[in-house]
Formats: sequence, C-alpha cells, structure tokens
Amino acid sequence: MKYEEITSQATAEWADMTSGRVPLIRIGTAMCGHAAGAFRVVKALRKCLESKGIEANIQEVGCLGLCYAEPLLDIKKEGKSRLFFNNVTPEEVEYIVDEYLLKEGYPKEKVFGYIGEEGPVSGEDSLEMLPGLKLQHRIALRNAGHTSPYDINQYIANGGYSGLYKALTEMSPSEVIDEVKNSGLRGRGGAAFPTGVKWSFLVGSPGPTKYILCNCEEGDPGAYNDKGILESDPHTLLEGLAIAGYATGASNGIVFIRHGHDGPIERTEKAIEQAYDLGLIGNNILGTDFSFDIEVALTGESYVAGEETALMEAVEGKRAMPRFRPPFPAAFGVWGKPSNINNVKSLSYAPEIISKGADWFSSIGVNQSTGTAIVCLSGDVNRPGLYEVPMGLTLGEVIDDLGGGVTDNAQLKLLQTGGPLGGVLGPDSKDIHIDFDEMRSAGAIFGSGGIIVGSDKVCAVDLTRILVAFCQFESCGKCFPCRLGMEHLLEIVERISNCDSKPGDMDLMKSIGGTMEAGSLCGHGQLGFGPIRSAITHFEEDFRLHIEENRCPTGSCDRLKIVPKNTRPYATDHIAGE
Amino acid sequence: MTTDKDNLRTKIQAAIQSQKRPTVTVLSSLLAIQDSIGYIPEEAIEEVAVNSNTSINSVFGVASFYPNFRFTPPGEHSVEVCWGPTCHLKGATEVLESVLEKLGLDSEGDTDDGKVSFRFNTCLGACSQAPVISVDHELYGNAKPDIIPNLLGSLHEKENHHQ
Repeated sequence: MKYEEITSQATAEWADMTSGRVPLIRIGTAMCGHAAGAFRVVKALRKCLESKGIEANIQEVGCLGLCYAEPLLDIKKEGKSRLFFNNVTPEEVEYIVDEYLLKEGYPKEKVFGYIGEEGPVSGEDSLEMLPGLKLQHRIALRNAGHTSPYDINQYIANGGYSGLYKALTEMSPSEVIDEVKNSGLRGRGGAAFPTGVKWSFLVGSPGPTKYILCNCEEGDPGAYNDKGILESDPHTLLEGLAIAGYATGASNGIVFIRHGHDGPIERTEKAIEQAYDLGLIGNNILGTDFSFDIEVALTGESYVAGEETALMEAVEGKRAMPRFRPPFPAAFGVWGKPSNINNVKSLSYAPEIISKGADWFSSIGVNQSTGTAIVCLSGDVNRPGLYEVPMGLTLGEVIDDLGGGVTDNAQLKLLQTGGPLGGVLGPDSKDIHIDFDEMRSAGAIFGSGGIIVGSDKVCAVDLTRILVAFCQFESCGKCFPCRLGMEHLLEIVERISNCDSKPGDMDLMKSIGGTMEAGSLCGHGQLGFGPIRSAITHFEEDFRLHIEENRCPTGSCDRLKIVPKNTRPYATDHIAGE
Repeated sequence: MTTDKDNLRTKIQAAIQSQKRPTVTVLSSLLAIQDSIGYIPEEAIEEVAVNSNTSINSVFGVASFYPNFRFTPPGEHSVEVCWGPTCHLKGATEVLESVLEKLGLDSEGDTDDGKVSFRFNTCLGACSQAPVISVDHELYGNAKPDIIPNLLGSLHEKENHHQ
C-alpha cells in the first residue's frame, strides 16, 4: 500500500473514533495503571456495559503521566470534551456509566477534569492546567494516554511514520545522521553519549548484516520510562529503530526486553506484526529499496544485561556478562556482526527530530542537554508520575510543582537519581538543574531518569543498605573485585545498620570501593561504590549516629531485614541432588 | 506405555519447538520451557543442549545464572514482593512481614502445602504505585500490610484463576 493510502485510511478511522459518535472510553493500562487496578476496572466496565446494553468503544491506552490518578478513565461523547475520572475503582464504574452514559447526567463526585476544544462539560477544570500536564513537553511520549498501543492506525493518524517516510524519500542516510547530530540528542541510557555520533560509528562497518539493538532491559528500580514508552506507544520506538537502521545501513533491529514484563513485550510484538502488515518494516519499506527487520529478544532477570556487551551476550542466549573491549560493538557486536546499542528513549525521539527538524529539538532544553527529560518520579511525593519535561527544570520544580511536594508535609531529606548506581543527593539539591553535565558535577547522574524522593523519615544508612544489596544481588560475578567487593560492602553496611560496626569500617569500604573501580570490566563494578560514597558525603551524620551512638535516627534500621542474596539457592540445591 | 517422564519430555520439546520469535537460543528456549511448565527440570537441560547443539554444562550455566529460573515445580500460585528502593521507602518491609506471616515462610520459598511460591522481585516496574506486590502476575500497588491476609487468604483453596 502507498503511504498516502495508509494515512488517509488511518485519519478517517481516527476522526470517526474520536468524534464520540459511539462513546469512546479510554483507560490507562500501562504498568502504573495495572498496579492501580486498571484491569479490574476494565473487566467491571465491560461487564457493566454489556449488562446495560450500552454501545461503547473501549480502548486501552498508555500513561498520561499522572500515575497518581490511575486508574484514569476518559470518556469522549459526541460534541463534548474528553471527561476524565481519576482513581476509579471497579465498584465506581457503575455509577459513572449510569450517570454519564445512561442518564446523560454528570457524575460529579468522580470528575477529574476535561481535555478538549469543546470546553468544560459541566464547569470542571481543564486537566491541561494541572502542573503535571502543563509543565510537560511530550515528544517521545506524545501519544501516550491518547492512542491505543494496539492499533497502528491510531499512531499513523497522529503523524506516525511520517518521519520515516520523510527520511526514506527526501533524505540521504548521511543527512539523517547529520540531523540527529545537529539536534544535540544524547543517549538517554545513562552515559549521555551523542546519539548521532554513535550512529556514525556503524556507518563504515562492513555489511550486509548489521544490527541496531534497542535496550529495554530497564532493571533499574525507580525507572519505568522505557517500559512506559513501549506500553504506551511502541510504534514511536519502531519508527525510530527503522530511521536508525536507514541512517546507519543496518539490516536488523532487535528490541531487548526483560522476561516477565508482559505488557511491554506483548504490545511491542503486536506493533511489530502490524507494522509488517502495512509494509512499514520488512522488505522494501514503503516501496523504497530499504529493507529492515525488527524482532523482540528476551533476557532473564539480570541488571547487568543492560550493559551493552552483556546485552549482546544475552541476545546470543548466554550468561549476561560483559565482554572485553576492544573490539567495540561497531566492529564486533551481536553474533560477531557490527552492532549499535541505543536506549528506548533515545530512539523514540528520532521520528520527531526528523519530522520537525534538528533546530526545533535543540531549541528545547539547556546547554548541552537538548530536548526533554523523561522523569520517573516516585517515593515520598504527593503526585508520583511519568513526566516528560524540558531539560533544565530544577529538581525543586520537579519535586514541588510536578510532584506536589513531599508527602505528609515532611521535609525533603534525600534524592536518589539515575538508578541504584547513580547516587544520592541531599536536601540542598533543589537548585540543581536537570542537565546531564550539571548533575554529574553535583555527584549524581540523571541516568535513565528515575528520581526517588525520600522524606526526613528515611534513614540514609537503611536506604544505602538496600542499594548495596541490590548491587550485590545483581553482580554478574565475572570480575572478582565486583563479585567479592559487593558482598563485602554489603556485610559492612549491614553491620553499620545493625549498630554493630567495627573500627575502620568506613576506611575499609573506601579501599574496597577503590579496588572495584580499578578492577571491574563494566559500570556495575566501577560504579558499585557510588551509592555508599555519595551517602557518606551527604549523610555523614546518619552513619556517625549508627557507629558512635549505636542508634538509628529514624528507627528504619530496627525493622526486619531480609534481602535476597545472590547465592542462587535453587541451583545449589540442584547440584547437591536435592 | 508412556510414563510421566516421557510426557515431560514431550512438553519440553513442544515448548522448544513452539517458539515464535525468529531467533532461537539457549536462553530463549529455557524461558519458553519455564513459561510452559513453570520450571527447568533436568530433562529440559538435556533437551535444550541437544536442540542447540551445545553441552549440558553450558545450558545449566545459563539456567543457573538468571534468578528467574527455578529447578523444582512451582506452587500453583505465585506471590512476589518488590524490594526495590522506592518500595522499600514506601513500606515494603511491613508488607513483606505480613506476606511471610500469612504464608508461614522465613524468606523465599514454597509453602508447606506446595500451593504458593514466594519470591522477591528487584523491580516490578510500577514504582509510582509503590509498594507493589504481584499475585499470580497481577500487580497490586499501594499495598498495605492489612490487605495481605485477604489477598492471599484464598490462594490455598482456589484454583489458579489467572487467564
């Protein structure tokens, strides 16, 4: 099918669906909605509509960013704006359906706000005036919460695949790379390496088989934006992958997802199937001579599998352990072929950068950090969510304006950013801007976008213990400084947390940390001491109280302490023949 | 006459053969088997080794590396508690205590009647709804210790309801 035919059909379908001729009910069922009970609400809704004989079009959509309001139900009726209902329970579904769909009334007790040109339905406020939406500038998540991830036509009707079409028909591969370079896009996986430059490494590598790998391992506790994109709008990633493939001359794309994350896996695979059906990936895409295949590969649970060379090992079906470099992936990657690894977010920006241009993208953000930051705000804040905001906001604005401040009017004590290896910041960090370089010089990283807020009820030693336990559990075991070092660090932190420390423990930790940094192959070991180092820097007092006064300032350390240890118990039992 | 062992092998082979993704590896085969029968029996290690033309050692090496594989049949129901930093800050410890008490366990493992398997999860991916637990792969956010007895109470009696 021609691109024009595909778009005109999609646009017509979309116009009819969103007219509300048949009431359109959208409900967020990404992981945040799922955990809030969205599937139970969908079930109750279907049952309720059926028993009352009401015709309606139910669409499961992604996350609007307001995770605190999930499950978020959105009903569009003909001639009316979209009316939103927040924190809906299965029991409340009948009330909303009765009032709004059956009696043509107004279920005012559950109304959250409206979105739409038709104005308020009955005096409620516009949702777009909420800080949680007003401060957002959505690029990668532009369709999240609006279109169904299960329907490619909804994506196409909203400008989807126009970036790929433009790249294939109007631009040469090198022009695409230049556009991405000029946009200033930096990798969103943690290292913040310029994406266009990374792509250019692959151009000169010999073909014909070359891989673009997309990393959605996302094992970082506190980050859920990659999964959020795949669950809300997987096509933006597929389009970005195909654009990267065209620019670099790659032949295959692999989306790498953790086993068990069923939502992202199912939605991405469905999206791939639909894109093949319309000829948007596969052989001779849109009638051009560019061919590109995309598939999903799964990994077992392993945080280190997110490291680029370990990821390639896992794709090949082996243990996720990092490789020596050189050779670098651009020369010798997955199955020995030239490869390029990108984060989900980085690739998801590509379609809009190509459609709207590098200048548009680089006008958003600050300094060397262009575009947007996709913030996963969680912990002790009133409005946790998935917020895509322009780079350059301060952490204070994120916590107070987007997050609505610390819960229970408590004081801010700490921020944990950039995943478990990222580090913690103290309460004086509110003026720091979300800027890759500024955050790095402040001793933390923006990393993949997780920001965990801790109030003054949190003990820094207790949190450090959990971070170190995570790093111990996830050490792949290849390099002994990391494997043994993490175990030893965990022992010491547990001792301190139990108010049972030994003289010289602090110095011992620093010495082990130095060895790990020098003697580990990948970031896991090199940065494994980071959580402790930053915690000691900002919260020396908490450590001192445990060591010198034998007490925990918040009582957190007096609770039950069970953490899983990386000893692979089942495997050992098996060997012992039990 | 077919024995239970033969049946198991047939199931394992079917799981290996029915993979739909184009790239089949040791890891993908093991994941497919775990999805299909819930664990990795010795026979699965052998079948994957034969199918992938590799050694039993290297297959077991992969299986023992990833903590999501188990080597004994699982309980009918699964319960997972997230222990990531966000969930920890938001009260996962109290939820964990309640779960362990209800299931009569000290840590990861299966209940005495073999009905429920409990394990930790490093991140269930819904940090904005912390603390999060998973019961038969359905997520429950903002979990409070007092919802646990009801939520888990019926698991010992009812059949697996998850579709």
